[in-house]
Amino acid sequence: MIVEFGSFALVLAFCLSLAQACLSGIGRWRRSSILAGAGEGAALAAFLAVALAFAALMHAFITSDFSVANVAANSHTEKPLLYKIAGTWGSHEGSMLLWCLALTGFGSAIAGFGRNLPKGLKSLGVMTQGVLGTVFLGYTVLASNPFVRLARIPVEGHSLNPLLQDPALAVHPPFLYAGYVGLSVVFSLAVAALIEGRVDAAWARWVRPWTLAAWSLLTIGIMMGSFWAYYELGWGGWWFWDPVENASFMPWLIATALLHSAVVTEKRGALPGWTVFLAISAFTFSMLGAFLVRSGVLTSVHAFAVDPTRGALLLGILALTAGSAFSLFAWRAPVLAPGGVFAPISRESALVMNNILLATATVMVLLGTLFPLIREAVSGTPISVGAPYFNLIFLPLMAVMIVLLPAGPLLSWKRADAKGVYQRLIFAALSGVGIALLVYALVSPRKALASAGLGLAVWLIFGALTEVAERTRFLRVSTGEFWRRVTGLPRGAWGMTLAHLGLGIFILGACFETGWRVEAAETLPIGGQLKVGAYELTLDRVAAVDGPNFDAERGLITARKAGIDICRPSPERRFYPAGGQTTSEVAICTLGLNHLYVVLGERRMGPTAPVWLVRAYWNPLAILIFLGPLTMALGGFLSLSDRRLRLAVGQRTAKTS
Amino acid sequence: MKRVLVILAAVFSLAAAADPSERLSDPVLEARARAVFSEVRCLVCQNESIDDSTADLAADLRKLVREEIKAGRTDAQVKAYLVSRYGEFVLLQPTLSLANAALWGVPLGVIVLGFALFLLTLRKRGGEMDLTAAEAERLAQLSQDQAQ
Repeated sequence: MIVEFGSFALVLAFCLSLAQACLSGIGRWRRSSILAGAGEGAALAAFLAVALAFAALMHAFITSDFSVANVAANSHTEKPLLYKIAGTWGSHEGSMLLWCLALTGFGSAIAGFGRNLPKGLKSLGVMTQGVLGTVFLGYTVLASNPFVRLARIPVEGHSLNPLLQDPALAVHPPFLYAGYVGLSVVFSLAVAALIEGRVDAAWARWVRPWTLAAWSLLTIGIMMGSFWAYYELGWGGWWFWDPVENASFMPWLIATALLHSAVVTEKRGALPGWTVFLAISAFTFSMLGAFLVRSGVLTSVHAFAVDPTRGALLLGILALTAGSAFSLFAWRAPVLAPGGVFAPISRESALVMNNILLATATVMVLLGTLFPLIREAVSGTPISVGAPYFNLIFLPLMAVMIVLLPAGPLLSWKRADAKGVYQRLIFAALSGVGIALLVYALVSPRKALASAGLGLAVWLIFGALTEVAERTRFLRVSTGEFWRRVTGLPRGAWGMTLAHLGLGIFILGACFETGWRVEAAETLPIGGQLKVGAYELTLDRVAAVDGPNFDAERGLITARKAGIDICRPSPERRFYPAGGQTTSEVAICTLGLNHLYVVLGERRMGPTAPVWLVRAYWNPLAILIFLGPLTMALGGFLSLSDRRLRLAVGQRTAKTS
Repeated sequence: MKRVLVILAAVFSLAAAADPSERLSDPVLEARARAVFSEVRCLVCQNESIDDSTADLAADLRKLVREEIKAGRTDAQVKAYLVSRYGEFVLLQPTLSLANAALWGVPLGVIVLGFALFLLTLRKRGGEMDLTAAEAERLAQLSQDQAQ
């Protein structure tokens, strides 16, 4: 019964989204605040209806209602509760429902929180959000309905892929989807601004918090996915340039570019066309990601929920929505007033450079992801484009960006004094070069690239701190005055500093981990020893474990350094009878900022007794790889909480409306 | 020297390919084999190199590469041999060939185009920044008035 109720709520949500689009559109055309208000009401109602449908599906998963095809295919009675709940969005159908939940949620957020928006812009934004909701809900209802019942009810479900039964993975889709779909708000506001024919500082100020929110959530989602790959796939890598990873990375890169160009539009009124273009592109890349992940056109480690016919439908949706938005852009962009002028050396220029480099990186990732398809279609020969290609092009692009980055915030708007900036950054520059040379000379084995990367990270971190020191006049005023300045800095400024520091922290970890990781592998009998870096691992015992939905062997290992016990990792090798898969559950000892990463491999027959393949890695500073993005996201949220951002919007729109 | 090589071998060894039963006894050759592994695709896997993959085919390919390297072939020869057997699909880094011109050329084109457009706009609009002679004179006059 609850399932039918959910199914009904889903269809209702589709109708409400359609009503939202029509009412808001007509409301704007007729300049009727009653119709526009009705459109906003419909937006809120559509969100509630999708939320009900979502709750109904979750209920079906929690109660293991195998009469629902989706539950039977993706759940199992013996699965722990967390994974039953996560199963709601673990399949194609469920994840589309989550997508729709976020989409209608953001639609009602514009309707609810957009009090300060000019009326016309708001109505058109709600309308566009309604159109998107109609299209995606229509797709969910007709082609990917999660509430389809089975005629013959199975006794037991198929279970979720065991690799996906993991806490970080279970919670990362909601973050990712909130991030992807959060960009739809920016898309809708861009479309609305194009129809209105006005892109000004007030518009950019409205776009920025939504971009910030989406970007921060996306950063956390990608970081969690990467962390999952790090400890679940069992070989310690954290980024594979896999198509699915690329699908999430492209919207992130564009959103990052948008964050920076929106600042220029907000503060200086420059680059309005480009900012609108990025705003449309960001959500387009989100939709492209949704299509790539689900269509099965690309193979991936994370391949999930693949279905070619639905892929074609999603491609149609992508072509329709993005196509019309870009056509509108081509038609209306010339109407937009060109913004303020600036000199070659100015903060505007620095932000344009940032945008050129990020846009190139996005094009490169897109091309690398799709090129195997293009090449096969053209010449018939399949080829692979893997990590070596992406690293070869992406790393130099980012290196150039990081060399330029610390100067950006120190340059003044319009026309800057290059010499002053050079004098202020000389300390950071010398520190970066010094550390790079020192590490290259002293750390064994010698790694030129990793040392250079470390130097860049130090330059970036010191550069960001220099900027704070400049703003607070550190060491040049009394301590009291300094504290007054520190506490007086707007949160937006701290947010930027944190985000840039986070990037530096990430690079620090990434360089150390890739440059100086140590690995060892040996087949060990009970009592056997393996040396990895400074640590000695002893396989004390292997125990049989009877898990809730798996059987496992657990290796009980003691790690010692110079004879002293450090930690006791206990990695597992699990067998899931429901799907017949074997996975390895990695054990990670966190020692300071470093990871000792231990994997239990297969059991083999030794000469006298059984032996186990044990692999261990010493991953120096590995935590920073994940701490960095977290700091970046924190910066985003901090900036979002800046009161000035919200107050200023209110003041500005009060004047215009 | 031997100790340095042992450290090197430890650093280069990674993932599935680290299985001791597969390793070559000479650490220099083993390190070279590992470098080649990371650029060779496990053909039946989902976008994994044979260095990472635990699939049987990946183990076979690793064995093949190790044998070739042990027999004295250069890295390029080993890769060419793999391509002749399995096609270009086996390489994770596409070759610098005409068929892949777009793959290598487009990112370069985009960045060059981006900078060119940026410079052009700066030049075209840069003129607006500078004051005309009349404006400069007026400004000087105004600031003089202010000073008096």
